[in-house]
Amino acid sequence: MKVLVTVKEVAEVADDFEIEGLTIPEKFLEYDLNEWDDYAVEAAVRIAENRDDDVEVVAVTVGPERSEETIRMALAKGVDRAVRVWDDALAEADLVEPTATARVLAAVAEAETPDLVLSGVQAADDGFGATGVALAEHLDYGWAAVVNDLELDGEEASVRRELEGGVEELTTVSLPAVLTIQTGINDPRYASLRGIRQAQRKDLDVRTLDDLGLDPAVLDGEMTLSGMAKPESESDATLFEGSPEETAAELETVLRDAGVGAE
Amino acid sequence: MSDGDVLAVAEHRRGELRPVSFELLTAGRELADDLGGDLHVAVIGGDVDGFGERLNRAGVEAVHTVEEGEEFNHDVYAAATAALAGSVEPSVLLLPNSVNGLDYAPAVATRLSTPMVSDAVDLTVADGLVVTREMYGSKVETTVEVAADPVTVTVRGGEWPPAEDHGDAEIIPFDVDVDEASMRSTVRGFEEVGAGDVDIGEAEFIVSVGRGIEEEENLELVEELADTLDATVAASRPIVDNGWLPKNRQVGQSGKVVTPTVYLALGISGAVQHVAGMKGADTIIAVNTDPDAPIFDIADYGIVDDLFEVVPELIERFA
Ligand SMILES: Cc1cc2nc3c(=O)[nH]c(=O)nc-3n(C[C@H](O)[C@H](O)[C@H](O)COP(=O)(O)OP(=O)(O)OC[C@H]3O[C@@H](n4cnc5c(N)ncnc54)[C@H](O)[C@@H]3O)c2cc1C
Repeated sequence: MKVLVTVKEVAEVADDFEIEGLTIPEKFLEYDLNEWDDYAVEAAVRIAENRDDDVEVVAVTVGPERSEETIRMALAKGVDRAVRVWDDALAEADLVEPTATARVLAAVAEAETPDLVLSGVQAADDGFGATGVALAEHLDYGWAAVVNDLELDGEEASVRRELEGGVEELTTVSLPAVLTIQTGINDPRYASLRGIRQAQRKDLDVRTLDDLGLDPAVLDGEMTLSGMAKPESESDATLFEGSPEETAAELETVLRDAGVGAE
Repeated sequence: MSDGDVLAVAEHRRGELRPVSFELLTAGRELADDLGGDLHVAVIGGDVDGFGERLNRAGVEAVHTVEEGEEFNHDVYAAATAALAGSVEPSVLLLPNSVNGLDYAPAVATRLSTPMVSDAVDLTVADGLVVTREMYGSKVETTVEVAADPVTVTVRGGEWPPAEDHGDAEIIPFDVDVDEASMRSTVRGFEEVGAGDVDIGEAEFIVSVGRGIEEEENLELVEELADTLDATVAASRPIVDNGWLPKNRQVGQSGKVVTPTVYLALGISGAVQHVAGMKGADTIIAVNTDPDAPIFDIADYGIVDDLFEVVPELIERFA
């Protein structure tokens, strides 16, 4: 069995950041493995650990060289090998539509023919939440989005989809399938020192769109980023300032007025 | 853009139309006005006649009812929506940015070869459609111009008021052929989760804690505060994902909706899915080190400071 897990290195903005035009300068960004993908990696590695048959886990990312650091974390956690797709066309695109990213990932998946693809529900940076399901559609695979429990048996995946308001849907999906993984499905491990050492020796295969037989025109989206700003604060919050003693005293007044602490 | 029609697809679960369905009608009507087109609405599965009646609100030209199954199944929804889009030829397809919306919208967009923009908080029209959406956990607002027709857009719940007035739409049954071979998923049922000893939905005072608490051991401090204030402890999702508190303490979209007199948010950023569960509190107070944290946008009172400094002071004052 082969499991493909899609991972993304996402940027997080610092507490104090600025926007310049349509970008946030590098100095305000910190990079990390997308939280939702971390759970997907864990789910994939557990499948490999818990099954008797041979399971190969392959990670795929679309990202610049810098993201290799993040992919190595997935390798260190037990992913067998990794594929990274990048080239000038991807580097130059200011906004890659989720359906286009899915097209690129689909080209990798077509070559790998996995039985199961695990993606994160969404990426913490652009928050499109669309790549996994679009990927399934490109591959003509079944799918399930927002999965917080997964059992595989034979030709089927039995999943729980986490709906709104504490309701879960129980669904079966035939394989091959793409599942988008929600946080909370498992408890992602930390990479061990040994894992980190081993990761250095694992395969990290770098491909261009051309290698995948894709025309750069697949990125020619009809979407352009035209504005980026810090949201206008609609806040009419009263901010308490001063030392913790002072702010806590102000807070006490508000709380007591609201009836907190009344006998 | 062509004639500028909009097709909005309603959402229902277990016999009820979900609120976002009526919000979509408002967003759809505004957009159709800007585009100079009609607003079409579709409802797929369940009691489509009853749903069709209720979706017949002012400004809706036609309600397309697709009798196909009882509950949401994405294979059916993707097929029906794509077929309807072929027939209505809308300029914009509006779908809810809900868990189920995200379970079929990307498939529809891919099938129709349209761009897809998710989680829209505002929609305007210039040369093409201009979508406002957020990135980096609501810390950055972006506008995206889409020069395509049609476009698939998912709309964030709670951003548009629900359409209220009754209308005079035409109700049109629509038949789709859902090919058996394309059905790869089967919904087996539903389960409520998160029941337990405490119902935070009933709590009057809530002390809620987020990832800012850093370590499980530090929860003691929050428990102590809650004890002193005679409040109930709740949490954002990561705390529950980590197993530090049970699921019945989770506030938010996939957790509980709470409506306390006071909601004290400690080290919670205010992600949209969290806010969905607590924005109805009478008084919202936030303690967060990040002055740009979105939680301050909905807070009535705020302290930009370290919770580990403020909370002990507060405990002392009430002890
Ligand atoms: C489909 C879906 C459903 C979801 N459902 C829910 C849900 O029901 N409920 C929910 O909560 N989330 C939900 N989420 C997750 C949500 O998107 C956020 O990831 C989550 O709410 C973030 O929790 P947080 O605010 O505790 O953590 P973070 O976003 O990491 O924020 C932590 C905050 O703590 C502050 N902080 C750090 N240290 C300190 C300190 N010492 N003192 C004070 N402040 C400090 C930081 O500045 C930051 O603002 C859902 C996500 C998806 C995709």
